[in-house]
Amino acid sequence: MSKGSIRGQVAVVGVGETTYYKRGESPDAEFKLGLQAILKACEDAGISPKQIDGFCSFSDDRNDPTRLSAALGIPTMRLSVMQWGGGGGGAAGAISNAAAAIHAGYADVVVAYRALAQGQFGRFGQGSTAAYAQGERAYTAPYGLMSPAQSFAMKVVRFMHDHKIGPNTLRAISMASYHHAQNNPRAIMYGKPLTEEKYDQSRWIVEPYFHLYDCCMENDGAAAIILTSPERARDMKQKPVYLLGAAQGSGHRAGAPVHNAGDYGSSNFTQLTARMYEMAGVTAKDVDVAQIYENFTGGVLMTMIEHNLCTPEEANEFFKLENLVVGGKLPLNTSGGNLAECYMHGLGLQIEAIRQLRGQSTNQVANAKVALAAAGPMVSPVSTCIYGTEEVL
Amino acid sequence: MSANAYYLPVGLPAPAPANDGLDKPYWEGTRAHKLMVQRCNQCKQYQWGPEQICNHCHSFDLGWAEVAGTGRIYSYERIWHPVHPALKERGPYLVVLIELPQAGNVRMVGNLLGDGRQEVIIGSAVEAVYEDHNEDPKNPFTLVQWKLV
Repeated sequence: MSKGSIRGQVAVVGVGETTYYKRGESPDAEFKLGLQAILKACEDAGISPKQIDGFCSFSDDRNDPTRLSAALGIPTMRLSVMQWGGGGGGAAGAISNAAAAIHAGYADVVVAYRALAQGQFGRFGQGSTAAYAQGERAYTAPYGLMSPAQSFAMKVVRFMHDHKIGPNTLRAISMASYHHAQNNPRAIMYGKPLTEEKYDQSRWIVEPYFHLYDCCMENDGAAAIILTSPERARDMKQKPVYLLGAAQGSGHRAGAPVHNAGDYGSSNFTQLTARMYEMAGVTAKDVDVAQIYENFTGGVLMTMIEHNLCTPEEANEFFKLENLVVGGKLPLNTSGGNLAECYMHGLGLQIEAIRQLRGQSTNQVANAKVALAAAGPMVSPVSTCIYGTEEVL
Repeated sequence: MSANAYYLPVGLPAPAPANDGLDKPYWEGTRAHKLMVQRCNQCKQYQWGPEQICNHCHSFDLGWAEVAGTGRIYSYERIWHPVHPALKERGPYLVVLIELPQAGNVRMVGNLLGDGRQEVIIGSAVEAVYEDHNEDPKNPFTLVQWKLV
């Protein structure tokens, strides 16, 4: 084990999610969705919810651990950690914070969770209708630059320009998610396949790279993941999956205001992945299956390149549907991901990585031992995790 | 400039100086049709957007420099899907990210004037056009737009 490594020190023992809904269609309140996901994750692990003693979330989740602990009658809460930053940049960060706390002895059984009900609260994809814009927004909103798609598109344009990468790469990423969703009954887009023609004919959200099908959905639901020590994991219901490595953060002035990041055309993973792989004791070549956060397909492309899964020069050849589906070179987003399963701010992608290593995916990769799950490209901070089966340790 | 000469329809959020006073010189500059960029009085480095400290030398002694209103297109996007009621009938419009070589390559966001469907080439030279908004006499402001040279 390398110095300071989490490798093999913490196990994922439970995963759970609610029914996934189109945005605004949940019959249940957001807090109730969160409780349902946590109970399902506990059932999956074979533990009582009262054994949970720590909570980790991200993206300013509204369902705070104090209320959750009271609602669940938890006797002792030892940990309540929020990963700073918006978007889904903290999905892997919430898991790695939970793991760090378990390894340090702050808590024994920690749940990483996210709940969203956009009917009860506001939508992500709309601009503010406030009369005034202050601070950084004063430099963008008056020019009609307001939504996440609009905020990230220029990063993708610059990256594609710098590396001479064509738009068919993004179509392949979108189609891989939809392809896999057709086998996943949980997926919002189950039974709604995507063809090249349908993609090509879909309307522009932001030209030149964001068609409708390049953009994530907006959904209601909740997801939860339970982590504990390997010793405790042995007595639980599922085959443990181990965290091999994790990293979070961003590079030099990634959050510099008004699009002044030093490394602008980037998913923000360039400074994270080397330390994650070193910690994990694996390389990109060892990754059997990848779950890469799709806020937009361009973010997936950059994330995969910045995780060394493909070079920029190889991208036009590598990003073809046949390479990205089960049986191909590197199966990608095998649940359907944020584009076609559910946009649960990327926690569903972490769950899918774990299911692959348990052998429980609806699009199972044969003999998968190492799974990568990256969160929130282009925001800051971003985060990324790599998981392995017991035989990898 | 009359309201119908604006690049985007009226009704979008109006810029208001931050309540900590940090960016007041920039917005006052735009009213005088001057492009002001924050610059460190100690190490002379430019930075944008404005911040309370120089990210390079950590001096709090920051000033403002008037720079030429010229630049080049670093990146761009053509927005088709409106996310604000004021833009529902606008049709596609161009947002550009402009790099200012004369100010340490800081970047500014604006619109590229002209046809929203025009071809955009990264690296193209542009110059600033000051779009004065006086529709609300209590809150006049000026946007910095860009046109191809």
